[in-house]
Amino acid sequence: MIPAPFDYVRAASVAQALDVLHDHGDRARLLAGGQSLLPMMKLRLAAPEMLVDISDLDELRFVRRDGETVAIGGGTRYADLALSDVIRQSVPLIARAARRVGDAQVRYRGTLGGALAHADPAGDLPTAILALDGTIVISGPHGTRTVAAADFFIDYYTTALAADEILTEVRIPVTGAEKCWYDRFSERSAGWPIVAVAVAGTRIALAGMGATPLRAVAAEDVLAAGGDFAGAAELAAEGTAPVSDQRAHADYRRHLARVLTYRALQRAHSR
Amino acid sequence: MARPVTVDPVTTTRSTSILGTRVSRIEDPRLLTGASVFTADLDDRRLAGTAHAVFVRSPMAHATFTTIDTSAAAASQGVVAVLTASDLDIPPATPQFGAPMVEPYLAEGVVRYVGQAVAVVLADTEAQAVDAAELVAVDYRPLPAVVDVSAALRGGVVLFPDAGTNIASAQETAPDPALFDGCEVVVTQQIVNNRVAPAPMEGRAAAAVWLPRNSEYDGEGVATTTPPDRSENPLGGGGSGPNSAVDDDLRLTLWLPNQGAQTVKKNVVDAFGIDADRVHVITPDVGGAFGAKFGAEPDHIVIAAAARVLGRPVRWSETRSENLTVMPHGRAQYQTVSIGGTRDGRMIAYRLDVTQDAGAYPRLALETPHGTALMAPGVYAFDRCEVSTRCVLTTTTPVGAFRGAGRPEATAALERAVDLFAAEIGMDPAALRRRNLLPRFTSPFTSLTGAVYDSGDYPAALDRVLAAANYLALRAEQASRRRRREDVQLGIGLSTYVEITGSGKENATVQVHSDGSATVFTGVSPHGQGHATAFAMIVADRLGIPVQKIDLVWGDTDLVPRGGGTGGSRSLQLGGAAADGAALAVAELAKKRAGELWEVDPADLVIDTERAGVSVAGIPDRFVTFAELAAEEELSAKHLFAAEGATFPFGAHLAVVEVDIATGKVRLVRLVSIDDAGTVVNPMLAEGQRHGGLAQGVAQALYEEATFDEDGNPLTATFADYGIPTAADLPAFDLLDMETPTPYNVLGAKGIGEAATIGATPAVQNAVIDAVSYLGVRHIDMPLTPQRVWRAIRETD
Ligand SMILES: Cc1cc2nc3c(=O)[nH]c(=O)nc-3n(C[C@H](O)[C@H](O)[C@H](O)COP(=O)(O)OP(=O)(O)OC[C@H]3O[C@@H](n4cnc5c(N)ncnc54)[C@H](O)[C@@H]3O)c2cc1C
Repeated sequence: MIPAPFDYVRAASVAQALDVLHDHGDRARLLAGGQSLLPMMKLRLAAPEMLVDISDLDELRFVRRDGETVAIGGGTRYADLALSDVIRQSVPLIARAARRVGDAQVRYRGTLGGALAHADPAGDLPTAILALDGTIVISGPHGTRTVAAADFFIDYYTTALAADEILTEVRIPVTGAEKCWYDRFSERSAGWPIVAVAVAGTRIALAGMGATPLRAVAAEDVLAAGGDFAGAAELAAEGTAPVSDQRAHADYRRHLARVLTYRALQRAHSR
Repeated sequence: MARPVTVDPVTTTRSTSILGTRVSRIEDPRLLTGASVFTADLDDRRLAGTAHAVFVRSPMAHATFTTIDTSAAAASQGVVAVLTASDLDIPPATPQFGAPMVEPYLAEGVVRYVGQAVAVVLADTEAQAVDAAELVAVDYRPLPAVVDVSAALRGGVVLFPDAGTNIASAQETAPDPALFDGCEVVVTQQIVNNRVAPAPMEGRAAAAVWLPRNSEYDGEGVATTTPPDRSENPLGGGGSGPNSAVDDDLRLTLWLPNQGAQTVKKNVVDAFGIDADRVHVITPDVGGAFGAKFGAEPDHIVIAAAARVLGRPVRWSETRSENLTVMPHGRAQYQTVSIGGTRDGRMIAYRLDVTQDAGAYPRLALETPHGTALMAPGVYAFDRCEVSTRCVLTTTTPVGAFRGAGRPEATAALERAVDLFAAEIGMDPAALRRRNLLPRFTSPFTSLTGAVYDSGDYPAALDRVLAAANYLALRAEQASRRRRREDVQLGIGLSTYVEITGSGKENATVQVHSDGSATVFTGVSPHGQGHATAFAMIVADRLGIPVQKIDLVWGDTDLVPRGGGTGGSRSLQLGGAAADGAALAVAELAKKRAGELWEVDPADLVIDTERAGVSVAGIPDRFVTFAELAAEEELSAKHLFAAEGATFPFGAHLAVVEVDIATGKVRLVRLVSIDDAGTVVNPMLAEGQRHGGLAQGVAQALYEEATFDEDGNPLTATFADYGIPTAADLPAFDLLDMETPTPYNVLGAKGIGEAATIGATPAVQNAVIDAVSYLGVRHIDMPLTPQRVWRAIRETD
């Protein structure tokens, strides 16, 4: 479990990290919590020649409430999210999702920016951010741009981020505790979810149902048309494209999406 | 407290015994403060200038090859050598376990599982070796994989064409057409006993060096002089490359995590074809083994051979993915059970047919079905029992021993069969068991398969577990949830089991030192269980030397030349009994010496365990300590203990699960167990064994399975894919105590290492099936993942 040789810089600022990325092109990778990147490097599934370590940058690690928006720094760790009073009051769905990720070690190292950039289709936080209609703030050589969560996830492990960009911040509309719920299904307590569902009002997002986290559009439509939860949940897997793999067959994933959506809608709206 | 009534051959003034008490583990301070030294941590002068080994492993399940191009790897930075089979300079490997199929140390022209070693890269650093290993090119020509045992039995693809079959061994019994005569009901079921990975915390590892015999730093536990650095290597190797002229005068020192250094030594001696005194095996701390670290594997032989060829120390430790794909797997049996009896619940006959998936090469899997066959009829009073077994090779990771090795498979098959029979005749599974259990016995009972059970009280174990769990209330709760069609249903599962441990011989030496401390040398080989504490208690109990002053020495073949190691739950009942015998012999010797000193008949002397010495009976002032006697002359004695027979731990487990009917997800709510392993020396240690055993038993039932795709690619090569449970997945266990001593050793102890694993798996499996049985589900194979349970429910619709 030894990675291929690589160079390493510990970035002193976002600006410096951007410079290094710019200089090295796609031979460089950002290192945040390392909870996805390092295992891949040790298995030699990834072999970046240069690691730019941004895990120490305080400027990326914050949670702020600005009126009806919560701004979360890209370097904020899962444990920060799970424990933050601001998050727990303004967007408790995020805290709930963050508490369920991996195990304690993963939660103390892994970051929101890393989770979104890594874009595992079964990721907990990508799904939560999608349901919450978050906005992703990206810094690059030409300044800063924003991308809606709905446009951010493109394919398996592929996002709107370019190789020379950094995810610096995520902005989320305040929801309060109303009508939100997050639940995930896994065989064991410390495993990745097979399927997860995030409900924020009438928005429903699913993990594990395709190449990216997905909105359950057909189910949302039922709710918008005044349909009941059972009717909405029945269509939760509509338009998704789950894979069959060693953990779960596609038909089981679809079934789980329906069951979990029904239960999550009930929990969300009974509070 | 729990000491059995035995005739104590030494008159002592002992008032209370330390045995049966919760002495804290004396090995823990080292382990918990990181002072332990595992093989990968070794900082031994004999290993100065070591080369690091990394294996090049087959990415194909089945293929032939003609060339291994090592040139790029050999030219890579820091590389000392790249060795393939013909470079090892040792005699060809020989058949093992009576099978005609021979496993080479490094592949010779053909690979038979993903992970099989084809070459080994040796470099100055481990990182350099890993980098270079990627550069080795092998011209594989794929052959079809055989992953499935039924395909392997059909023999379309034969792993060893010369053998003409994939069957490596068999113990077939001609089916008796009258077996089920008199049975009103016969139930038959095919059952998969899922393949699991032992996955100890520490993987396999080794460090090896060949040094001139009698060189100053050979043959000692600790180096006393500074060995020369690499440039002045005593072999004159000096890094000048492979050294083909092998010096007959060299002696191998081999460190590796293992369960019995003496077995390892024998394997190494046999492999190299050299004199036994030219091999010295040392066992550093061992981070778990679970049966999978018995003996030397081909990889260990390669490391030793590489060290000889290079004339330089070599060390190796595997990665987790290597561990999950190369360390022998366990279980992997394909069983057909048939059970017959009367409608009113008398079980008359039992047939068990076992196909053991042995993986690619003959390993301990060729032995485990014997244990399965022997224990087939278990705790029940059948009239007839018939067993057939066969071991078949597949292009998968070789299968070896794993916690219980053969006996869990017997219990799982039988306990499933009993529940199937109960369901068929509509009888409560507890009542059916109660009706058919062998009654309590105090003198040995010979089973239908010829096993001689030493002592047992199976009905009491079952009754106590049912009472503690409040079985009737659980059934009422289950009925009410069913009536109310609740989302989450309750399941209750039982297993009543007997297993076999011990038998054979073990030796121990107890030596008392002039500072009042003592050393116990044992042929068993702890790797987490707490032997140092238990053995110290046994010796302390005899001699009165405090536990803290007693050291245990094991696993060094120069210090302990003979021993059977730790496995099959043998350590305490054989090694502990030997330590007890050695302590008694020391006591006798001390009395003899004191008798000579005082010119008193030793028969008039007593051991004073309050003061750790000898006094004249009735004259406590006439006293000499063992330490004082040891200062005069070595005070040491050896004892060889030979058990009269095997011991048969037994127990009953009751599992309660909740099953979410909509998703199939299982939550284990309770696990109540009796694991009667005879007299308990230290309840805390015994409970530790039971807790770990229960966890691994539950894991097989609910979570773990080592799998391959149809091309033989392992699908569970990391802990992201191989699902071991954590504490968060398990309830607090309800352990009930029951102690039925064995007559076969003075401690009254049977084995506790595997018992709980054996009982837990079928209890949990039965509970899950019980939860969904009202929907018409009869059987679900393990592991009972949510998807499987959901599918089973759906298929009944
Ligand atoms: C044992 C274990 C269990 C886990 N279980 C779960 C689970 O249950 N659910 C779950 O969702 N996840 C789980 N994970 C993954 C975890 O969530 C990762 O932490 C996360 O995917 C990546 O975050 P990181 O900060 O560690 O990123 P890193 O691993 O450091 O980086 C991941 C990728 O993102 C890029 N990157 C990182 N930060 C930025 C940034 N600010 N801007 C642009 N690119 C960036 C990196 O270059 C890299 O390509 C688990 C991981 C482990 C090791």
